[in-house]
Amino acid sequence: MASSKQNIEALIKRDYQAGFVTDVEQESLPPGLNEDVVRALSAKKNEPAFMLAWRLQAYRHWLTMTEPKWAHVRYAPVDYQAISYYSAPKSKKDAPKSLDEVDPKLLETYEKLGIPLKERELLAGVAVDAVFDSVSVATTFKDKLAAMGIIFCSFSEAVHNHPELVQKYLGTVVPYTDNFFATLNSAVFSDGSFVYVPKGVRCPMELSTYFRINASKTGQFERTLIIADEGATVSYLEGCTAPMRDENQLHAAVVELVALKGATIKYSTVQNWYPGDVEGRGGIYNFVTKRGACRGDSAKISWTQVETGSAITWKYPSVLLEGDNSVGEFYSVALANNRQQADTGTKMIHIGKNTRSTIVSKGISAGRGQNAYRGLVKVLKGAENARNYTQCDSLLMGDKCGAHTFPYIEVKNPTAKVEHEATTSRIGDDQLFYLQQRGLSAEDAVSMIVNGFCKEVFKELPMEFAVEAQKLLGVSLEGAVG
Amino acid sequence: MTAPVSDSRPLYLDAINAQRAALPGQTVPAIRTLREEGQARFAELGFPTARLEDWKYTNVSAIAGQLFKPVNGALATVSSEQLHSHLFADLPAHRLVFVNGRHAPALSSVGKLPAGVIVGSLAEILATRPNIVEPHLGKIAPTGTNGFTALNAALFADGACVHLARGAVAEQPIYIVYVSTGDTDSVMTTPRNLVVLEESAQATVIEQYLALDDARYLTNVVTEAALGANSRLEQYRLQQESTKSYHIGTWYVRQARDSRFISHTVDLGGLLARNDLHDILGAEGAECEFNGLYVVDGRSHVDNHTCVDHAKPRGTSREYYKGVLDGMARAVFNGRVVVHPDAQQTDAQQMNNNLLLSRNAEVDTKPQLEIYADDVKCSHGATVGQLDTDALFYLRSRAVDEQTARDLLTYAFANDVLSRMKLAAIRLPLEQRLTTRLLRGRSLNELELI
Repeated sequence: MASSKQNIEALIKRDYQAGFVTDVEQESLPPGLNEDVVRALSAKKNEPAFMLAWRLQAYRHWLTMTEPKWAHVRYAPVDYQAISYYSAPKSKKDAPKSLDEVDPKLLETYEKLGIPLKERELLAGVAVDAVFDSVSVATTFKDKLAAMGIIFCSFSEAVHNHPELVQKYLGTVVPYTDNFFATLNSAVFSDGSFVYVPKGVRCPMELSTYFRINASKTGQFERTLIIADEGATVSYLEGCTAPMRDENQLHAAVVELVALKGATIKYSTVQNWYPGDVEGRGGIYNFVTKRGACRGDSAKISWTQVETGSAITWKYPSVLLEGDNSVGEFYSVALANNRQQADTGTKMIHIGKNTRSTIVSKGISAGRGQNAYRGLVKVLKGAENARNYTQCDSLLMGDKCGAHTFPYIEVKNPTAKVEHEATTSRIGDDQLFYLQQRGLSAEDAVSMIVNGFCKEVFKELPMEFAVEAQKLLGVSLEGAVG
Repeated sequence: MTAPVSDSRPLYLDAINAQRAALPGQTVPAIRTLREEGQARFAELGFPTARLEDWKYTNVSAIAGQLFKPVNGALATVSSEQLHSHLFADLPAHRLVFVNGRHAPALSSVGKLPAGVIVGSLAEILATRPNIVEPHLGKIAPTGTNGFTALNAALFADGACVHLARGAVAEQPIYIVYVSTGDTDSVMTTPRNLVVLEESAQATVIEQYLALDDARYLTNVVTEAALGANSRLEQYRLQQESTKSYHIGTWYVRQARDSRFISHTVDLGGLLARNDLHDILGAEGAECEFNGLYVVDGRSHVDNHTCVDHAKPRGTSREYYKGVLDGMARAVFNGRVVVHPDAQQTDAQQMNNNLLLSRNAEVDTKPQLEIYADDVKCSHGATVGQLDTDALFYLRSRAVDEQTARDLLTYAFANDVLSRMKLAAIRLPLEQRLTTRLLRGRSLNELELI
């Protein structure tokens, strides 16, 4: 197996391929956080009074909180006063009217990442609300969506153009008191995406946002709010890569999903932020709060995530199954290589009758990576005939990594049926041998086995993402077994 | 009953100071140190609160809110007639009986022990042969795991001491009975058991906790077991405390090379029962198997915490815990499996199944895997649910009425754990109890199904 060992070495040590920095002038607030910063931030964005009040409320609450320590991750403490809480590309005042006006450097960045922004718009069939640092710069397909009554814009625009919707739903799924990072986000969130799909409308295309952290020392605090009104259907894609940086960058996003009666929201993520170098220096701290609420009967929320990046991941996309017959799903592939640490999972809170949830989590650990699944399935007293199926499998590559499972199951209703199973194993020598004696290289064999391991999750991804996800895993893992 | 207080810690510390001089082992330096450490750790830790992850689902404020007076001397005398109906009568065994935590020689019948086997009261052995106890006591169970283990270290007055020399085999099981009679005040007993098996020794140890009446008391027991290379220990823990009592049991086991440890835990009583079973597979090729059953109703709360520490390669662990909950009962299962970086070729399996029979019962289960090695086979599973509808249909189609069909399936579900017990003299009476409990007093024969 000498050759495959070399391959692992080569592949594990492969440099982060999306590591480049775009030189764009930035308009930033000086580092530090206090009430004035929150006010200044709100003023810069010309926000209405209710937003400022909400931010300040959150900020004051944040001061009373302490950073959580329970996750199975270790990292250098974050200095919240050393972060600049606002950074916008300079051309903000005279925002671009069309793509031609967009800073060519930005377009170049997207070009490198392969984002279909220009002629590829129609071909790819993807509407992109591209977030470059904190302000949305270009939004496409808006007209087509607007004709159907779908609102898809940056959060700042939504605050200005649809304040009633923002005020009605903001913080109803993730309240500003929720947790340390969500509260911080509530106080200082910069921008994000806003989607509203009206009654009975099926969104004709996948909505997609590419986040990209760029300015050094700028924490990104995205806030995304997606509302699917009665009977509406929407599929949302979130994907990201970040340029190579030497300092830890904090990312504390909040995503709120609201599915009303009979609505369906599918939220897919491919996360490939900079994981730090081989020794674990640099890399993104990804402390994200994602939660969806099935507010009405027969609503459905489905989370699919492929987490290959970030130095530290701390993320639990959850579903509150409030409506009767509502459905929650969570499909996840999480990869921890080198010194990456991932503590991720989900929460399914069964409140309504006949609610169903499915959890499929695949964790891959390699190098010195630590990968933990942490999940909660809670069946409340009134949740008659609730049903949960959980499967979490871990694949270990190398004897220095770790795979951990921390499922919590709390059942208060005798008609509930909850199943959890977890397995941990490594790629078997016999499996490798079988594929190799069929003429596959060690590298291809491992790739095939890993993709097979993740297949249940990948098949949930929209086409475009499925391809990217497989490529990502390939880059990070091929041959990572000795 | 003692009045509730906001912080009972000073009361317990006073009680420790008052008792100290009368406790056994004063002349043994290691025991003195252990007691001092226990007192210091308790002063520091107090009783666990729900803010601690390990006590998230089990609230012991009822214990922490008052003083359970440490039993000082014998409270009551128990006659062998009183005791007889509670014991496993058909079990030929070396029997040690403790009444309210103190050795009761009149009720015990150790009988003739094989060569190399020592069975006796810990207090007595500490006084006569401290060299048997000293190298092990307090060395396997960490004193400061929580306030209860610390309190036990500071206050233990007696317990069972089992020692098997190299190659010794105890053919008959060693049967340890703890009887609580209760008192007008709420009392606490803090037994400490020590089981040492040297290389290639074999023994079966039964711990039974029972009450003669419906008293309110606290049992805070710590058992330590050291298994030498190639030894084999089968342990039965039967908790049948009174419905008003609190039972906190901590078991620490350390296994040497190729040793085998089998544990059967059955919880049928207690208002609040918490079992911590911690097994360190400290050398290559060690094996363990935990079987657990809890059948609770009323307002009972039963919490089983297990932890298997795979510290060395080629260890095997198996866990099967099952629970049936009725009334307003609540059950907690927390099964932790840690595979350390060296422990390659570990094979760990764990399963926890729960059956809820009532609308007000609750189950919180938390299987945990922490794996730091790659060449391992580990799995765990947990279910909470109802009876299999296909199985119910099968029985109904055979003209078994709905209620009987349900009872039968529930019985079969629970009995699966008991069927793993090797000692028929224990298994059969327990099955009997189970039929009373789950088949509404009918026997399988009565149902004319077998």
